[in-house]
Amino acid sequence: MADQPTPLERFIRGILPENPVYRQLLGMCPTLAVTNSMKAAITMAVAVAFVLLCANTVTSLIRNLLKPHLRIVVFTLTIATFVTIADRLLAAYMYQMSKTLGPYIPLIIVNCLIICRCEVCASKQPVFTAISDAAGQSLGYGLALASVAGVREILGTGMFFGFRVLPTAWPDWAVMVLPPGAFITLGLLLGAVNWYSGRGAK
Amino acid sequence: MVETDKDPAEKKNRFQNNYILQAWLCIFLALIFGISLAAVQAALGPVIIENKLNETKEKVPELLLGTEAAEKMVAANQAFKITPRSIVVEKNGIQKFYSVFEARFEDGRLGGWVTKVDGQGYADKIELLLALDPAIETITGLFILDQKETPGLGNKIIETKWRGQFAGKSTGDQLKVVKGGAKAANEIDAVTGATISSDSVVSIINKTITDLRQPLMDAGRTKKE
Repeated sequence: MADQPTPLERFIRGILPENPVYRQLLGMCPTLAVTNSMKAAITMAVAVAFVLLCANTVTSLIRNLLKPHLRIVVFTLTIATFVTIADRLLAAYMYQMSKTLGPYIPLIIVNCLIICRCEVCASKQPVFTAISDAAGQSLGYGLALASVAGVREILGTGMFFGFRVLPTAWPDWAVMVLPPGAFITLGLLLGAVNWYSGRGAK
Repeated sequence: MVETDKDPAEKKNRFQNNYILQAWLCIFLALIFGISLAAVQAALGPVIIENKLNETKEKVPELLLGTEAAEKMVAANQAFKITPRSIVVEKNGIQKFYSVFEARFEDGRLGGWVTKVDGQGYADKIELLLALDPAIETITGLFILDQKETPGLGNKIIETKWRGQFAGKSTGDQLKVVKGGAKAANEIDAVTGATISSDSVVSIINKTITDLRQPLMDAGRTKKE
């Protein structure tokens, strides 16, 4: 177990140096699909955080029992269980939001971010490290979703979290809340983040 | 002498190569997870069903009267009295249950019928609310409760613009889906790129009206007497 990152390193890496969206380009489907409003993006980020935290904890607890060729099955089983729980919880307590997010909540099962963390961190390191890794990655994912959603909601509807922030004279750029807006925003933000992190290297 | 203990290495090998034994963790976890999911469903299922029922009830005035009249009704502090009923239709020896909501104005006058039906869509079951006037002559509204159609194409069936086409259609003729520009009174414009989703909704509606017209007429008449 030499040279494995410490819990604190894992936590910090998740936020920017190994940000799931901007550095690893994982979990792109929800990043593009549910970021046309802040509320939807934050709900998605919280759901992913819940699943990631639970999956990482369980995987880390059973890491010594895992057989190399059966590990993916166990990961998928664990993830699918917690995604179903998250989906039912949303349908019971946030019914309208669960309808807005529609199939994207069940689709967290195939979000590579989670299986990646199980494989990279939780199946090799102790529980505390796995939890702080999940927290860091979730925070990074949440910030990434929020950054895309913020730009799209403000430019597309003049609102932020449903409150008007731009003057009513603002001609709402409808394209920003439609699918093309997601690609444009993500592309530009990705470029900006790459430029920012590449600066120091020169 | 004792044959089975002859080659312990081979025996151990066979034991380790047993697929079921290798997969014990998967099987064990599947059991545990299955039980916990059943518990979650048992705890939350009723809440989810109630959410759906409330949504249905909330939609009734708008579906029967249109948005403006429904808002006026709320402003006047009036509400429909909604009674859920189950109507059994027998077709080719098979019994089919329809969940119907009978809406009455406060003075007891029949406001119309809203029925909850589902049918196969392109991706999964489509569940919808179909509202009919008291005489079962016209469709007054349509609302999609649940669908998992392709995002961006088929899921446009939930949009007001598409659903709006159904309001005012006569129940006398079977509805028909056409591509690009519905002209005749019984024609419905397909959602671009989602003819199957559009077809599914229309065929669910046609089937429901065929099945329910007579039973609902009878139900409306007996209640009046």
